[in-house]
Amino acid sequence: MKYIIKKLGMMIATLLVVSICVFLAFSIIPGDPALRLLGTEASPELLAQTRQQMGLTDPLPVRYLRWFLGFIRGDFGVSYNYKTPVAGMIVSKIPITLTMAAMAFLMTILISIPLGIFTAKHEGSWLDRGIIVINQIIMAVPPFFSGILITFIFGMILRLFTPGGFVNYTADVGRFVRYLFFPSVAIALPKIAMTVRMLRGSLIDEAAKDYSRTAYSRGNNTNGVLYRHILKNALIPVITFLGMTLADMVAGSIVIEQVFSIPGISRILLTSISNRDYPVVEAIIMGIATIVIVVNFLVDVIYRIIDPRIGFEDE
Amino acid sequence: MSKVGKKLKKNMRDNPYLAAGLVITGMVLLLIIVGLFWTPYEPTAMNAKEKLSGISLRHPMGTDNMGRDVLSRVMYGSRITLFIAMGTVAIGAFAGTIIGAVTGYFGGMLDEVMMRIIDAMFAFPSILLALVIISIFGTGWVQLLVSLGIAFVPSFARIVRGEVLRCRNMDYVENARLQGVSDLRMIFVHILPNIKGVLASAILIGFNNAVLAEAGLSYLGVGSQPPYASLGRMLSDAQQYMFTTPSYVLCPGIVIVLMVLGFAFLGEGISRWK
Repeated sequence: MKYIIKKLGMMIATLLVVSICVFLAFSIIPGDPALRLLGTEASPELLAQTRQQMGLTDPLPVRYLRWFLGFIRGDFGVSYNYKTPVAGMIVSKIPITLTMAAMAFLMTILISIPLGIFTAKHEGSWLDRGIIVINQIIMAVPPFFSGILITFIFGMILRLFTPGGFVNYTADVGRFVRYLFFPSVAIALPKIAMTVRMLRGSLIDEAAKDYSRTAYSRGNNTNGVLYRHILKNALIPVITFLGMTLADMVAGSIVIEQVFSIPGISRILLTSISNRDYPVVEAIIMGIATIVIVVNFLVDVIYRIIDPRIGFEDE
Repeated sequence: MSKVGKKLKKNMRDNPYLAAGLVITGMVLLLIIVGLFWTPYEPTAMNAKEKLSGISLRHPMGTDNMGRDVLSRVMYGSRITLFIAMGTVAIGAFAGTIIGAVTGYFGGMLDEVMMRIIDAMFAFPSILLALVIISIFGTGWVQLLVSLGIAFVPSFARIVRGEVLRCRNMDYVENARLQGVSDLRMIFVHILPNIKGVLASAILIGFNNAVLAEAGLSYLGVGSQPPYASLGRMLSDAQQYMFTTPSYVLCPGIVIVLMVLGFAFLGEGISRWK
């Protein structure tokens, strides 16, 4: 329990540092937000008034506090370009990006864990060696290139989906999920390759340790040793990696959304970056960072449940 | 034959990863080095008569939608990709090593604060961190190089810090300390040379990640601007012609894959070096 509280404290500290960094980064940019919001033709009086209203005349710490409290309440400010609240622009897009990341994550677990166990069990066989080489090649293919290839092969030649024919979840959930299937594959492929490689290495390391020899000598067969003794220990580093992967997938979907022309978070982020629409950029970045930090915290907690030794020396 | 040459020959024979890595990386480097002095056509020269032609003797990789020779553009583009990836790793490894070594060696308050900042930076996947920095500085290859470099600092800092922490209380450091070696000399002359193996493999992995990140970001259109496009940008331009002229998409894509794969095989080969 003490361990979890300590980790919780560190999570909050990291979140605070992240928010200060993001806020400072976007405050030191030259340019007047009031001017950006109103346009260059606004009168000086109106500008001064708007500046007052936006609280730009307050000292930096006060502005930070206001911005941070707003973020916690879900108020991300107003977009410079569209003059609408940022929250409204983003919220409807979140399910798209998250569904894609979740599907990719599920695929990674479902495929890489059995495959990792299989390759470790048949270490040195031609099939194992073949999978290692294929793994290396898949890791070298950038997700957007595999996305383009998938569009070409499955979309244009086999016609399993219509490239560019995205259906939103508000219209038809079934077709929405079906359209997102192929982008998710593109995101998942390199992660599957990395996880298989990692699990294989971890299993082989664990199998060489004394406790697994003991388990063998007590009359267990290979499967018994593998599933009852080795697997649990071998999964520990893999879980850390999977936690980092989940965060990567959310970020990786930025590029993949562009490949499959999915109108998700990525399109807003990229247009906002080129239009210098900072409140939108700030909100999206803080949102993704928050997801990553919370996932890392959860990984630490799961870690502790699987392996009670972790964090023991601190207590 | 020299001793190193003999060893290399022996290793090439029973280490297929090393052989494949050397061959693939050699091919890509050849393409780039030749491209420094000579390209079949001017990379930006357009030719309205030969738009989107497939692979032919005149154009070994075909032409693009403006009739430009894809091979010449790939030669130029892979140079940009390689240059940015190398610069990224150089910035990341240099700054990361100094930060990691100093914080790991001295510890205390400085270490605590730096590690919180590094943790905070870790909360951003490198592509996202680079996008943040680009949104502040604007688009272009210099901005891309700087932002990717900054995005790569945390991982190097963390690796070096861990290694320095491990070495800090070893006997040879203690021995040097008793002889009155200064802190700076201790870090750079005594400790760092001992962690060069870990650093080397981190650089190799970092290089591949940098190539992939550069390609991804220029695919999004925030890297080097046309008409001089890097490989990622070429792919995003080519995507819509996938059906009519597959060579236009496949050639730049395959060059990216080979660049990463060559270094990955090299890394694997070096780790199996006997």
